[in-house]
Amino acid sequence: MRGLLIAPVVIPLATAVLLLVLRPSRRVEHALSALGCVALLGAALMLLVRVAGGGVAAMQLGDWAAPFGVSFVADRLGAAMVTVTAVIGLAVSVFAMAEIDDRRRRFGFAGFVQILLGGVCGAFLTGDVFNLYVWYEVMLIASFALLTLGGERIQIDGAVKYVALNMISTLLFLSGCGLLYGLTGTLNMADLHAKLPAVANQGLVTAVAVVFAIGFGIKAALFPLFFWLPASYHTPPVAVSALFAGLLTKVGVYSLIRFFTLIFTGDAAFTGALLAAAAAFTMVTGVLGAAAQNEMRRILGFHIVSQIGYMVMGLAIATPLALAGAVFYTLHHIVVKANLFLVSGVVRRLSGSGDLARTGGLYAQAPLLAALFLVPAFSLAGFPPLSGFWAKLFLVKAALEAQAPWIVAVLIGVGLLTVYSMTKIWAEVFWKAPPEPRAALPPLRGGERALLFGPIVGLAAITVAIGLWPAPLFDYADAAARELADPRDYVAAVLGSRP
Amino acid sequence: MEVLLAILIGVMFGASVYLMLSRNWVRYLFGFIVISNAVNLLLFAVGRVELGRPALVPPGLAAPDGPVANSLPQALILTAIVIGFGLLAFALVLASRAWAELGTVDVDAMRVAEPREDAAREGRDA
Amino acid sequence: MSSLILATIARVAVALMLLFSVFLLLRGHDAPGGGFLGGLVAAIGFILYVLAEGPREVRAALRVDPRSIAFVGLAVALVSGLAGLATGAPFLTALWTSFGDVKLGTPVLFDLGVYLVVVGGVLAMVLALEEEVG
Repeated sequence: MRGLLIAPVVIPLATAVLLLVLRPSRRVEHALSALGCVALLGAALMLLVRVAGGGVAAMQLGDWAAPFGVSFVADRLGAAMVTVTAVIGLAVSVFAMAEIDDRRRRFGFAGFVQILLGGVCGAFLTGDVFNLYVWYEVMLIASFALLTLGGERIQIDGAVKYVALNMISTLLFLSGCGLLYGLTGTLNMADLHAKLPAVANQGLVTAVAVVFAIGFGIKAALFPLFFWLPASYHTPPVAVSALFAGLLTKVGVYSLIRFFTLIFTGDAAFTGALLAAAAAFTMVTGVLGAAAQNEMRRILGFHIVSQIGYMVMGLAIATPLALAGAVFYTLHHIVVKANLFLVSGVVRRLSGSGDLARTGGLYAQAPLLAALFLVPAFSLAGFPPLSGFWAKLFLVKAALEAQAPWIVAVLIGVGLLTVYSMTKIWAEVFWKAPPEPRAALPPLRGGERALLFGPIVGLAAITVAIGLWPAPLFDYADAAARELADPRDYVAAVLGSRP
Repeated sequence: MEVLLAILIGVMFGASVYLMLSRNWVRYLFGFIVISNAVNLLLFAVGRVELGRPALVPPGLAAPDGPVANSLPQALILTAIVIGFGLLAFALVLASRAWAELGTVDVDAMRVAEPREDAAREGRDA
Repeated sequence: MSSLILATIARVAVALMLLFSVFLLLRGHDAPGGGFLGGLVAAIGFILYVLAEGPREVRAALRVDPRSIAFVGLAVALVSGLAGLATGAPFLTALWTSFGDVKLGTPVLFDLGVYLVVVGGVLAMVLALEEEVG
């Protein structure tokens, strides 16, 4: 069990070390990175089964007792996030085998992907605030490398914006760590849950909560802190975009959920209102920004922003149903969004550009791709019977129960505008006649076709499966939300006794 | 001592915000250096300041003799310094690449990834 | 930049600094010191050599890519953590054995890993910067 908790971090890091030290040939490298992802997925599934059956699991690194050492904790939310991370890691690694050129490969592309996966899994499993900071930095440095690998002009431009805002985010996070430590003398999340209510100056606690909210808000791309995302996500290779789109902002969302259910629960009325307002603005500005774009990946980038709003709205409403909705939404969204970016990669490969004016006619040229695009696109917009419909339904239901009609209006209105963007992509990329003259591109060969389409088919199958049988995932999300709403089990697992 | 440190941290935060608001990427980096150090000082100060008493157990004793400096914030600062150093080194290389590739360090003038509307339209027509 | 004085002194100083860095690495066992400090001192030694002779000579003297040094260090540190796991204790748990008065354990291995990561990481960054700026 103890090994299982650390495995999702150790497996990717060990794979990365092997990839970066051995610098193997293309074939061995592909085999190694696929093997690493499959092993990660296996470990994640074992952890998931274990946590779903036996409740929250915890271990102390180096056998130093909590709250003095660093704890690793897996609750239902963490285990599910790790599992989805492994799925996306596998899909993106396979896709990258066809997309990434030899120059980027030699600079260690596959190794950095594994480091990023290790960092993301570490962030989902750690039970210590400062350790979370360290995993954030592991992720950040790996993402810097992936973003700039290849060094094209557009990438450098995107990276400047990405680096500038993300460095501010990490500094705010670090200041928050310092202030929390100064207030309570501990950085263990479970211990903080127990000690923060006893702090005399609760106003200061709320101020620290806002410091964290801003730091994580930049990471999660919340309004008005999201500008780095649409400025950078369309610049690297598509495999990198898909990986970032699926995972990085969701680590910010996960951290917000974790902190505002476990640690900062004192002034829920204020923080809830703050998050609700931020979430509503995020949804609306994201979807309007997307409507104004004319490049496929930039549209999708703005939609990440808008969808982040849904998840944070679930957290802001904060009833168990809303939290379950937020967890469900996050899990579904990671799969759908990564898949949409992968589709945009095939579009780019087939028509030489992601610019809507230069694409067209792909419905005739690649009918399978067109059909596959519709699955995540309709799911994103919330059409039944796909996963996004259920995710939105739970949130709307939670908002109705919380008697907040304006939230219901925003949730539904933004969903409708999402349909507009998805129809625009459909009409411009797939339906309209191809522009003349068309650049001659080499046709897809059998192996390349399998590597490009395999991950898309797999992720689309997950989306459809969740849509047709939402009950198991919803029950799981519901149980996860109960754990979040009542963190006694979490605290007991870490500190060893019920408070 | 804590009051002095708090004032210093405040001044450093203020100076760095001023620098980081600049469109010039190099000034931003100077601001980043100052703010990293301000945050490190903050971490140091919240651990309570104890002068001249390292957290070491003297030979022959089982526990330190009298109050000692809190070593946890120092460990945190050490980690933060390392990470800050790595980030800064990356950002410096990025600055020099941006200067070489884009010919500017003015962040607002970098419009390759996000072209202005009219420029984008011309690009498509061409 | 080439200066005869710096180049002559650097040759001696680099050797001394590398020796001192190993001393710091081992002293970290139960006194101030350790892999991080030692690694930094070793890296500074190499940086002095970069200033005296230029990045190309340093790459030649190192023989291996500094990034590989860092990744090998990461591997060493991971192995030292996994050793604890193999005995059924949590990840990173220290295992100790003693030869007479000398205690040896996995923390030394971990420190060695940190040392290599720091040397490799710092040198990779400095060499890249030095070559970039020229």
